[in-house]
Amino acid sequence: MRYQVKEKLVSLGILAPSIMAIGVFVYGFIGRTIQVSLTDWNDIVSFMQGEFEFVGLENYFRLFNDTRFITGLWNNLFFMLFFILGALALGIMMAVFINDKPRGHFIFQNIYLFPMAVSFVVTGTVWRWIFAPGSPRSPRGINMLFFQLGRPELMWEWFTSTFSIGPFNIALVTIIIAAVWQFSGYTMAMWLAGLRGIPEQLIEAARIDGASKWQIFTRILFPMQKAITLSAVILLAHISLKAFDLVYVMTGSGPRNVTDIPAVYMYETTFRGNNYSRGAGISIILLMMVGILIIPYLVNTFREE
Amino acid sequence: MQDYGKFKYLVYLILFVLTLFFLLPMYVLFATSFKSFAEVSRQAMWLLPSEYTLAAFGEAYARLIPHLRNSLVLVIPSTLISAMLGSLNGYVLSEWKFRGSDTIFALLLFGMFIPYQSILVPLVRFLQSIGLYGSLQGLIFVHIVYGIPITTLIFRNYYADVPSSLTEAAKVDGAGIFRVYSKIFFPISIPAFVVVIIWQFTNIWNEFLFAVTITQTPAQQPITVALNNLAGSQVVQWNVQMSGAILTALPTLLVYIIFGRYFIRGILAGSVKG
Repeated sequence: MRYQVKEKLVSLGILAPSIMAIGVFVYGFIGRTIQVSLTDWNDIVSFMQGEFEFVGLENYFRLFNDTRFITGLWNNLFFMLFFILGALALGIMMAVFINDKPRGHFIFQNIYLFPMAVSFVVTGTVWRWIFAPGSPRSPRGINMLFFQLGRPELMWEWFTSTFSIGPFNIALVTIIIAAVWQFSGYTMAMWLAGLRGIPEQLIEAARIDGASKWQIFTRILFPMQKAITLSAVILLAHISLKAFDLVYVMTGSGPRNVTDIPAVYMYETTFRGNNYSRGAGISIILLMMVGILIIPYLVNTFREE
Repeated sequence: MQDYGKFKYLVYLILFVLTLFFLLPMYVLFATSFKSFAEVSRQAMWLLPSEYTLAAFGEAYARLIPHLRNSLVLVIPSTLISAMLGSLNGYVLSEWKFRGSDTIFALLLFGMFIPYQSILVPLVRFLQSIGLYGSLQGLIFVHIVYGIPITTLIFRNYYADVPSSLTEAAKVDGAGIFRVYSKIFFPISIPAFVVVIIWQFTNIWNEFLFAVTITQTPAQQPITVALNNLAGSQVVQWNVQMSGAILTALPTLLVYIIFGRYFIRGILAGSVKG
């Protein structure tokens, strides 16, 4: 018994630095940010001195009446939706094909996955070059390509376009393409790992019964990969809420905030505008959205264990 | 492949078109960065250089070399320390479970999913108060702290696959926590260390949000911040910028090419179930 007590103390001792670090730097600081979001801490002087007054939920009320924030929220939702759909569709398709071992499958797999190893700052730089519209008289990027291919009618304003369908700003398409490019490989890797766990005989039996490739996919593979697909959806959704770097580097908030997302607004209002309370409010709203996705996911994972 | 029948060629066509899509940015990077400034005209922007020159690389290198050095100074200690912490945590959380240890693990894990915006302002204040704000040491510290969840997760899942009979036998022989770790677990940890080190190296090298908020003076900025600043300067020298992007991406791409298998394991570990 004494032995066990001692071992438990040593265990806790080993974990203690990490528990304290996460306790303070994650939970403590989140608490502190919530506190800041409930104050009027909106200039550099009071930031340095730490003087501020409690104003309740005022910052949150203001945010929900703030067109930039609302636009950013819509943008983030549409970005999330199409990014997930794109990364899932491409990723699953790539995984299924590669799992059937076409010639050169190893090369294909490595090419599809390499963007995951590259910084958003690099990708943002390149995709900005590709989608920078230039002007109608002196087009750039893809527009130049269309121009030179004799299809000038395809030229448009890309990420500077203010055209929208309802609350969906079309300029977001450019960011969605870049993000799908970067993360399809993620879905592919998860799906491939799952596919390798599906017993060969199962597929073989279905094939002998005359099932087509498509039937095997819809009736066997997809249902068996439901849990993995759901994980992918949740992880991609949470990545899309945090995709600050890509948007900040590639387009910024754009004309009339067509490519703004809350993460970019938070950064600019906090560190460029010294509106600490407003920034804190935005980040807590972001945290809650991530929490809604991630907490049930974590709880569920641990319950299964 | 044979059961695709006549669709086989369609599959290859799709795989090939996707390859073009994934390599398009790479083409842009290489085509632009080997051009001279005179050749970076709009007319020829999609063409390969008519004459290959390393001039743009020379300039990008001259401007970025201090920042490449900063990134190395940042990445090496934070990767190694967070890997070591993760190994010890993962070991305790998988082999010496006690009441509440799973809850502790879950609470630690949540830390890797939070949007870091939600801790940024108190973090800046804290770093200011201990005099590490604006310095690489501050950034190293931050990456160690926020690297704890993922490194712990990868090691814990790795150790969970070690047959428990091995640990039990050692415990019966009276070996304590540290002995079991140093005699049994540490020696078999090399694959997990490789996964964690590659993962942390890549992520910390590529990271931008902490880097841009915590380092203030150009002298302290890591490569990602410097690359972004390169874009902000007066006339956009696309050839220099693209060379800079290549220099930024090269270390992590090399790691990916050499250790791809382990990189994939890191990706999969991030989905918790591992």
